[in-house]
Amino acid sequence: MRTGGGLLAGLAVIVGGILLASLGVNQYLYFAGYVVLQYVVVATAWNILGGYAGYVNFGTSAFFALGAYTAIFLIEAVQAPLPVLILAGGLVSGLLGLGIGYLTLRLKGVFFSIATLALSVVLQTLIMNWDYVGGAKGVTVIRPGGPLFGNWVTLLFTVMVGLAVAAVTVAWLIERSWVGRGLTALRDSEEAAECMGVPTLRLKLLATTISGFLLGVAGAPFPYYVTYVEPSSAFNLDYAVNALAMSMIGGTTTWIGPVIGAVLLGTAQQVATVTISSELNLLIVGVVLVAFVVLAPEGIMGLVRRARGR
Amino acid sequence: MVRGLLEVEGLTKRFGGFTALNGVSLDVKSGERFGLIGPNGSGKTTLINCVSGALSSDGGRIRFEGRDITAIPAHRRTRLGVVRTFQIPRPFASMTVLENLVIPLEYAAGARDDGAAEAMEILRTIGLESKAHTRPAELTQIEMRKLELARALAAKPKLLISDEAMAGLSSGEVDHMLTILFRLNERGITIIMIEHIMRAVMLFSERVVVLDAGERIAEGTPDAIVRDPAVEKAYLGD
Repeated sequence: MRTGGGLLAGLAVIVGGILLASLGVNQYLYFAGYVVLQYVVVATAWNILGGYAGYVNFGTSAFFALGAYTAIFLIEAVQAPLPVLILAGGLVSGLLGLGIGYLTLRLKGVFFSIATLALSVVLQTLIMNWDYVGGAKGVTVIRPGGPLFGNWVTLLFTVMVGLAVAAVTVAWLIERSWVGRGLTALRDSEEAAECMGVPTLRLKLLATTISGFLLGVAGAPFPYYVTYVEPSSAFNLDYAVNALAMSMIGGTTTWIGPVIGAVLLGTAQQVATVTISSELNLLIVGVVLVAFVVLAPEGIMGLVRRARGR
Repeated sequence: MVRGLLEVEGLTKRFGGFTALNGVSLDVKSGERFGLIGPNGSGKTTLINCVSGALSSDGGRIRFEGRDITAIPAHRRTRLGVVRTFQIPRPFASMTVLENLVIPLEYAAGARDDGAAEAMEILRTIGLESKAHTRPAELTQIEMRKLELARALAAKPKLLISDEAMAGLSSGEVDHMLTILFRLNERGITIIMIEHIMRAVMLFSERVVVLDAGERIAEGTPDAIVRDPAVEKAYLGD
């Protein structure tokens, strides 16, 4: 019953998104909506590793940017269509997740975080020196003419609605399966989990791969969205900070937490960018995050649970 | 004939220049109540970590039911039936007591449904059923120890390694834990008890091995061990 209900809710969101896209209101709303939805995917992906397994990834930007640059490469090389870009971006970032998992998952706590941050720097340096994808000066991406319906902004908005629903579905399935229970066990105590029969290394690799895949998926449409990509925008540390902040503000132990965090914080940032200043949005993240860490360490979902008296 | 369930042969473990275990051998028979004692720092917990797979050994062989398990990861040893408890309880803090048991039921014992009924049954055996839906943080010291034991039982052990399950308990509580362990042994579970509380380990064990400074210095029945001059020297000095 719950699975059916979830499926229905997911479909409703997609249909709602398509309807919204065909409404033809101010284009800027789709433009801003895309960013919020992109953060739903990014935060959800981050939370699979950071929330469920408890491994805080600071290299979020690297996985996102790798998705974007895989797309750029395929656009430059073969003019690949959007669905292929998304799948390829996901696969490449997923592979990176697997590889990084092998190299760094023996590191615990803050050391894992530092290693992922270093990964981001290394990868950015590589991209900056690779002229085929634009190098340090960046690359202009030309959208192919005539999308199926509407224009590119509404199309990308609709695609992102679908990706957000897909990402949340993956997180939801993990949470309810033996994988999710195993990840929770190893987050609580890795040693005890291993001694209780949980294959901790394999589960962690699965988490880094899935998380990386979804981050790459989020990044793949990015070149068509901005049409001009340079390393410092694709590798922007904002993605890492926002993913972490959104998950923590919403609550890291359930799939809905990152969604709530991304919608609230993402929207607040978009509003602040337009009404006050584009520099202010990171300040908002900082202040809200500090407030939550002090007052509600389990996020909004933690507050809801407490209010229900559980 | 009672066959050897666990055979440890010349096990060696070094931490840098320090040799924590120096060629320790022992074998535990199926159904046995086996005691492992020794002064602080003698290598008891290191030995257990090597047997359970938490640490890799630097030399020697470990066999379980005749099968070499020296190189296989800890979670697979658990699935084979080698299950240990921790000296300092390590519950899954974000889960309820019942959910704590579901993890090993699902991962080690291969339960196909959610295992809640079976988990409840184990809690009843241990006397923790009234706490099934509370979180570990709300448990008392003895309840925490019982949870540690219950969770190990949920992994369906053939060999249960109890690492100081009674540290910090009152005399009455020690008796209570002993009763539980005796009952588990009667059900066919082989038990290795590591304990500092001499009264408990001497009462419980059929056979005792004494470690000192990473080496095996004595083996025998509890009565023989307490009269052994080498053991006296290890504990009290010359």
